[in-house]
Amino acid sequence: MTEPSGASVVIIGGGVTGLSAGWWLARAGVDVLVLDKGIVGWEASGRNGGGATHVYSPFGLEEQTLWPQMDELLGYPTEYQPNRIKAALSEEQLGLYRRNTEIAAERGFRTDVLDAKQLKELVPIIGDNAIGGFYWHFGGHANPQRTVQAYAWALQDHGGRILQHTTVTGIRTSGGRVTTVETTRGSFGADVVIIAAGPQTGLFAAMLGVYVPLAPARVEMIVTEPLPLMFRGGVDGNGLYGRQVLRGNLVYGGGPHEWIEVADMGTPEQPSTPLLRNLARRLAELFPGAAHLRLIRSWAGIVENTPDGMPVVDRLTTPDNAIVATMSSVGFGLSPAVGKGISELARHGRCLFADLGALRLGRFADTPRDWRERLGWIPAPERTRANAGLLAGVAH
Amino acid sequence: MSRGTDPKSIAGKAPRAERRVPLVVVGAGAAGVAAALEAARAGVPVMLVDENPIDHDLMAMEVPLHFGQRMARSLRSRALALERVVEANPGLAEAVDAGVDVQLGTAVWGAFRNGPTLRELEGSMLGLADDRRSWLIGYDRLIVAAGARDLGMAFAGWEKAGAMGANGAHALMTRYRGLASRRMVVLGSGALGLTTAALALERGVEVAGVVEVASEVRGDAALRRALAGKGVRVYTAHAVREARGATGEVDGVVLVRLDGDGRPVAGSETEIACDTVCLAIGLVPNVELLSLLGCRLPFRSALGGFVPETDDRGMTSVPGVFAAGDCAGFHEEMLADPAIARDQGRLAGIAAAESLGAVSRGRAEAVRAELRQPDRGRPREVHGDWQRWLRALIDVGGWDVNVCQCEEVTRRELIDVRPPRYLGWQPDPARARTLTAVLRDGPVNPDQVKRLTRAGMGPCQGRRCREQVALLLALEAGTPIDRIPLATYRPPVRPLPLALLWPHDEPQEVRDQWVGWFGIPTQFAPQWRAPLAADATTAGAEP
Repeated sequence: MTEPSGASVVIIGGGVTGLSAGWWLARAGVDVLVLDKGIVGWEASGRNGGGATHVYSPFGLEEQTLWPQMDELLGYPTEYQPNRIKAALSEEQLGLYRRNTEIAAERGFRTDVLDAKQLKELVPIIGDNAIGGFYWHFGGHANPQRTVQAYAWALQDHGGRILQHTTVTGIRTSGGRVTTVETTRGSFGADVVIIAAGPQTGLFAAMLGVYVPLAPARVEMIVTEPLPLMFRGGVDGNGLYGRQVLRGNLVYGGGPHEWIEVADMGTPEQPSTPLLRNLARRLAELFPGAAHLRLIRSWAGIVENTPDGMPVVDRLTTPDNAIVATMSSVGFGLSPAVGKGISELARHGRCLFADLGALRLGRFADTPRDWRERLGWIPAPERTRANAGLLAGVAH
Repeated sequence: MSRGTDPKSIAGKAPRAERRVPLVVVGAGAAGVAAALEAARAGVPVMLVDENPIDHDLMAMEVPLHFGQRMARSLRSRALALERVVEANPGLAEAVDAGVDVQLGTAVWGAFRNGPTLRELEGSMLGLADDRRSWLIGYDRLIVAAGARDLGMAFAGWEKAGAMGANGAHALMTRYRGLASRRMVVLGSGALGLTTAALALERGVEVAGVVEVASEVRGDAALRRALAGKGVRVYTAHAVREARGATGEVDGVVLVRLDGDGRPVAGSETEIACDTVCLAIGLVPNVELLSLLGCRLPFRSALGGFVPETDDRGMTSVPGVFAAGDCAGFHEEMLADPAIARDQGRLAGIAAAESLGAVSRGRAEAVRAELRQPDRGRPREVHGDWQRWLRALIDVGGWDVNVCQCEEVTRRELIDVRPPRYLGWQPDPARARTLTAVLRDGPVNPDQVKRLTRAGMGPCQGRRCREQVALLLALEAGTPIDRIPLATYRPPVRPLPLALLWPHDEPQEVRDQWVGWFGIPTQFAPQWRAPLAADATTAGAEP
């Protein structure tokens, strides 16, 4: 077997952002190589709420334009379904969804205000505890796993390459430019390198001497058995995000996250916790008519956040052929547009369809390095004493 | 710099156990009861949890065993089912007498402990549920004696009422005295199949035949002679093509004879009338709780597949967690000799007691001296037999048979990695991906195939298809079965209603601080405007 050669664009990270960027580049005829330490779309990219409703983002308009075309553009099904309903059980929730609605209105998207009766007519499993909601004639949702796989296959259809089970070990620069990406399976020359490695993005940027402030966290979701399809656009609220998938299962997440450390390039463990019961309660409150449904599965995923919770999508100045992309924990829905934007950064040096000024890395130039401690975005100390005691007791 | 706290994070708010127990034993079979008794007699406070009597609705979902809808109507009475479970297992009364806290009708649906990416739990804990509520129990030591379940093998019509598994049949016959079957065909002639046939006869069920793909009976010769003496015919070199039954109930099976090369013989179909067809090809150790806890689970074909790595006292790779009985590795000799599981239970029980400081090393050594060494040398590898069954079932029944009943995924759809039927997707033939194409990008991974096809993602939680999927992938990929990784288990490992999981003890702080996503004020603010408006706050919105 001959070693694979380099590529015009090498992408570190086969998550939804890197795959979409790679697909847009490949379909533009660019020689592209995606490197992933495991299987593409295996982590948070392939397991999340599937929401496609992010009109507040610079990528938001393009997101809304692209999603209805994605099955056709990719050539594989994404299970995209348009529109959303937001259901509120309290004045506080209603106020929050109204604020989201106002932001959408500013960008030209239409909403119907629903009273409790209208809401229940549209979504029969909603109960008398709901006070009202909004019908968004925009946004939607898709199947994350199917979509990441679609990006990967479509990328290959256009001649792009993916190397799975390949860990990046170093990035070589020369004369202020990235020249080579070193991996566990050889070195790959590159004209442009894109770092889109989720929680590990900061570790790779550090190889270029660039600091990207990121805090990884673990979040959880639950899945019920299927029920007959209701409103197709997806309904959420009550502090839950999620949807009824086309198969009929209710898939929802929300609630407390746990800040963690991702110390190396390995795939972090993704355990669920007994919080799945709290999620089950929240879901039964949102849909009293579905409280009898059985929970059949739970997930956890690792996502990363910047200090302001907003993405970094930026072409660096030094080295000037490196692009850093982290979506700050909200990447799936925006991925069609973000990938397109990144492909333009790679090809033209700037995004042609949106102003990414708010997403520059430079906004964190003065961020103190102990920002995680200041915000309290850090893990609990390891409970080494308890574990040590247990080990001592068991030793023989 | 002192540590701040993110009020929206789990810090300080992680779910807490109702109470903490020095030793929890999961499963009140031979191993679990022996473990609980051994530890209780050593003075350890023990909780013994068993899910029997199992909720009738769960049984109807083929959880946790493949009951095949052959539960007698009388079992709908929970009181009667409980009575039978207690009657069938004298060890339960013995455990109560020894001071063990015996919790029947209580399923363990989750096992949780801290690790590199989960540090907020106060300690290791189990999720429990009965028919009324769910709760959390902390433990210092855990002995998992969760038994084994049936190996599913698809043939046309195996979704009909009356197609069931051997452990499901055994449970209904012995534990519940409630198998609603008159005439049974048994698939498999090893110790499992022959024992099942013998038990069925003893319980007044007519055995219309035992089917074996191999050209010879595999099980014990004496048992075979005893069955022959009662007129039971063994169909060697046969495989089942389909279970028939126009109303959704099995009313017969069609067998096809295999030639010397294992190929179906044209025109050799035999139809046998029966109301039950019992899969007795193999049993699979129940390792889901051990998997959730992160115990190392190497593949050992002679022990039924993925089983916990244990030391000479039954302790897994996770300190304080022990495994005993069928879930620690099942082989056919354990069917004939319950002492094997019992001794494993005692070994784990005394080790748990010793590690808690309840008994001296000397006394523990004395108990160990009484016990035989765990006998794991003689068992034979089983996956070759399973593969032979699978090939025969494909040869006689074809590829268009549902492997996954819940999600309706056929063998062909699995191997073609086809998107689920409900999408109505017509793939462009030039771009369709098959397993072969997926394999070009990396080694075969059952979780990947699961996500693409949905096989194993249904309400029975993959209980009937998990091993078949692995066997099919190995067969198609030309990969040894031990190279197919264990597909992930996720809690809850029993399908439980949302209303039952509802935590009635949820702290107000969890409710007050609940947000859809992180609660970062600028996360969902109008980012297309730069710089951001200072008043923009969308904290708590959902992504």
